[in-house]
Amino acid sequence: MNRETLANTVILAALAGIPVLAHLGGEPFVITLATRIAILGLAGVGLNLALGHGGLVSFGHAAFFGVGGYAMGVLASHAQAWTPLATWPVEIPGTNLMPVIWLTAILAAGLLSLVIAALSLRTRGVYFIMITLAFAQMAYYFAISWPAYGGEDGLSIYVRNRFPGLNTLDPIQFFAVCFTLLCLTLALMSRITGSRFGLLLQATRQNPARVEALGVQTYRIRLFAFVLSAMVTGLAGALYADLNRFVSPSMMSWQMSGELIVIVILGGVGRALGPVAGAGLYVLLENQLGGISDHWQIFLGAVLLWVVLFARGGVLGMLCDRRSADG
Amino acid sequence: MPVSLVIEQALNGLQFGVMIFLMAAGLTLIFGVMGLINLAHGSFFMTGAFACAATAAATGSFLLGLAASLAAAAAAGALVEVAVIRRLYARDHLDQVLATFALILIFSEGTRWLFGSFPLYLDVPQALARGVMLPGGIQYPLYRLVVIVVGLCVASGLWLLIHRTRLGMRIRAGESDREMIAALGVNIAGLYTAVFAIGAALAGLAGALVGALQSVQVGMGEPVLILAFVVIVIGGIGSIRGALIGSILVGLTDTLGRFLLPSAFGLFLDPSAATAFGSALASMLIYILMAVVLIFRPNGLFGVA
Amino acid sequence: MDDPLLSVHDLSRSFGAFLACDRVSLDLRAGEIHALIGPNGAGKSTLIKQIAGELAPDSGSIRFLGRDVTRLGTARRARMGLARTFQVSSVVPEFTVRENLVLALASGQAGFPGVWSRAMTDSALTDGADAVVARLGLAHRSGIVASELAHAERRKVEIAMVLAQRPKAFLLDEPMAGIGTEGSAEMTDLLADLRHEAPVLLVEHDMDAVFRLADRITVLVSGRVIASDTPERIRANADVRRAYLGDGPH
Repeated sequence: MNRETLANTVILAALAGIPVLAHLGGEPFVITLATRIAILGLAGVGLNLALGHGGLVSFGHAAFFGVGGYAMGVLASHAQAWTPLATWPVEIPGTNLMPVIWLTAILAAGLLSLVIAALSLRTRGVYFIMITLAFAQMAYYFAISWPAYGGEDGLSIYVRNRFPGLNTLDPIQFFAVCFTLLCLTLALMSRITGSRFGLLLQATRQNPARVEALGVQTYRIRLFAFVLSAMVTGLAGALYADLNRFVSPSMMSWQMSGELIVIVILGGVGRALGPVAGAGLYVLLENQLGGISDHWQIFLGAVLLWVVLFARGGVLGMLCDRRSADG
Repeated sequence: MPVSLVIEQALNGLQFGVMIFLMAAGLTLIFGVMGLINLAHGSFFMTGAFACAATAAATGSFLLGLAASLAAAAAAGALVEVAVIRRLYARDHLDQVLATFALILIFSEGTRWLFGSFPLYLDVPQALARGVMLPGGIQYPLYRLVVIVVGLCVASGLWLLIHRTRLGMRIRAGESDREMIAALGVNIAGLYTAVFAIGAALAGLAGALVGALQSVQVGMGEPVLILAFVVIVIGGIGSIRGALIGSILVGLTDTLGRFLLPSAFGLFLDPSAATAFGSALASMLIYILMAVVLIFRPNGLFGVA
Repeated sequence: MDDPLLSVHDLSRSFGAFLACDRVSLDLRAGEIHALIGPNGAGKSTLIKQIAGELAPDSGSIRFLGRDVTRLGTARRARMGLARTFQVSSVVPEFTVRENLVLALASGQAGFPGVWSRAMTDSALTDGADAVVARLGLAHRSGIVASELAHAERRKVEIAMVLAQRPKAFLLDEPMAGIGTEGSAEMTDLLADLRHEAPVLLVEHDMDAVFRLADRITVLVSGRVIASDTPERIRANADVRRAYLGDGPH
């Protein structure tokens, strides 16, 4: 077992084990923190496919996170008000069933990202960063100015949505749902990054001219990676909204996009469990520093600056010597 | 709808565009010369606004406030360049994004620490706090008119600086061939600090001027920063002319869109739906403009491939 | 004689006021090595880029396998069987030699690449990769990351990659550049061997290699073809001598 596999095992074991201990010890707050880590980690795992493997620096993933959140908010608010979502051409009711909500979130994020990526991927580098940021800002302002679903104030849901056979209001059960989705996604990502597509995606990041000369249209590879990445982040958004029982435009803000990038980088960009480690560190920093000072973001900024300038590769980069060659 | 109202809104759009230009000019200059994407540029906008508001409150003079905003933003820019930014020139864009994102956190939270969470208020200077009658019988605030003129003067000043001075010659040389001007003995580190400080001062000036029109608060810079990005995408990276035309286009589109779209929808929808559709679409208009430019000119209107 | 595999007709391309490619016509026939030579700045790379589809010509046309490909993108041309190496070796730096070759083989498969089955354990890909690696004598370096290879080895990996594409024509942009005398002797043998796979359009500065390998030579000066003929006649051509050696008019 190499060091990265060992580190990955420890991370997942800790993320699964601590909430169980907290549950036995009657500390629901710790379980909520762990749930937050799992969900933000999932959002980061999505972003990591585009950012880490594809080299696509998206500063707009909050849009997909937020769309996932709104998929939950819109469906659940119609369900709790007993009003149909649409009446034409067929009547579509709201729902509070998690699997349906997840699917909707994934599809909605996928569609939005398809449009954004189709346009943004015509450009490279710094243009791409600015354009993804701008499109996310467009989604943000749209959410603010669209009054039907709460506008600036957002949408509250009274009761957490249902999953057949579980009591999702029990923190540990909701955590189990999120953790399971995280693990399934990690398994999926491991297959994807090891596949022919994964190989082409990583080659495209490093040497697009070579990949084109080999007969593959890199635009398609990037587009697919970006959409897949957005879908995972959208799913995480639905879970995040369910955790808070609240969704608002702030889920789509540029700060959220920045936080998602920070999570990926803190953990170790391009590494399978980097985003989970990053989310853990981020949530812990937020809680520990937040306890010391209201101005904890100064310290977060300083830590981040230090990581970028002096500790490239993030937590996992420091723990594991070198990226395994089979990437 | 009265034409005078449309003209007034168009002037507001022009004023908005000119302010975005002050941000976009610095950003595009910094990108053109140093190849750096600077998210913390909005922080200089905020620094300028706070410096102006605090100085004006203490001395009662708006002009001293403006001088303070230029000085504070330029000093903050130079400091940040020397301490952090110069380590980032050789790095990839991701590192630049992250480090400057970290700088935003430090600047915003630091400002909140110093000035508290409540917004400061900066009054329009007494001498300018009145309306003027424009030809055609349009009453328009003098201050906004002055802001437009100041912005356009800065734009021409910048053009002169870049095309007519020794510093400008070096900046243009630095854009095209970094090694060459270093080989010619130009102090490249000093040049970069100067360009960065000039960019920061322009942002600070914009912040101070806008500060008198809205409240001065933490986080005021980032929305303008993102608009400046939209402008750069539309105008083309590294082009001052593109930044000016893009800024005015964005300023006009946004202001007129917010003003005209709800009434346009009102022609065939009921009033509440018209407001909802109109304002939602208006909020997306400049991004749609950006998308259209991207489809036809991926490198912007004045960018080079 | 057969129709040429690849033919370039009246191709022009300028950058601003600079005419980098001036009504160039040439063709590549089955089984031959056609060398493209010329002094620095003659427009050889500009021509290769246009043929590969990386640069659009201002006017003129390119036909490949009987089809007009002037407006096709790089990837489409590559898929039709046009394989190219770059002036500066272009491999995937963080991949091992073996991964680079698996990539080349995976790229050639039809349809959108699979996202589920693992590429590096797919014997349909790895067997082919290992075979090409062995053929070029790189078997002992198979597990080395490309960025850690010596320059000449990286060149070979790139040749191996285009070989793995099983192309209908090779475009090789200065394969001998910077690999030393021993390396270029080996590379000459390798290129002579390539001809049996598919015809080669070869841009090269190493004149020993060019005159040893080429069946035909086209000389490009200031974006224009000044001569195109067999090596013997090119050697004797007065215009070529003037362009290369600065010989005065006789």
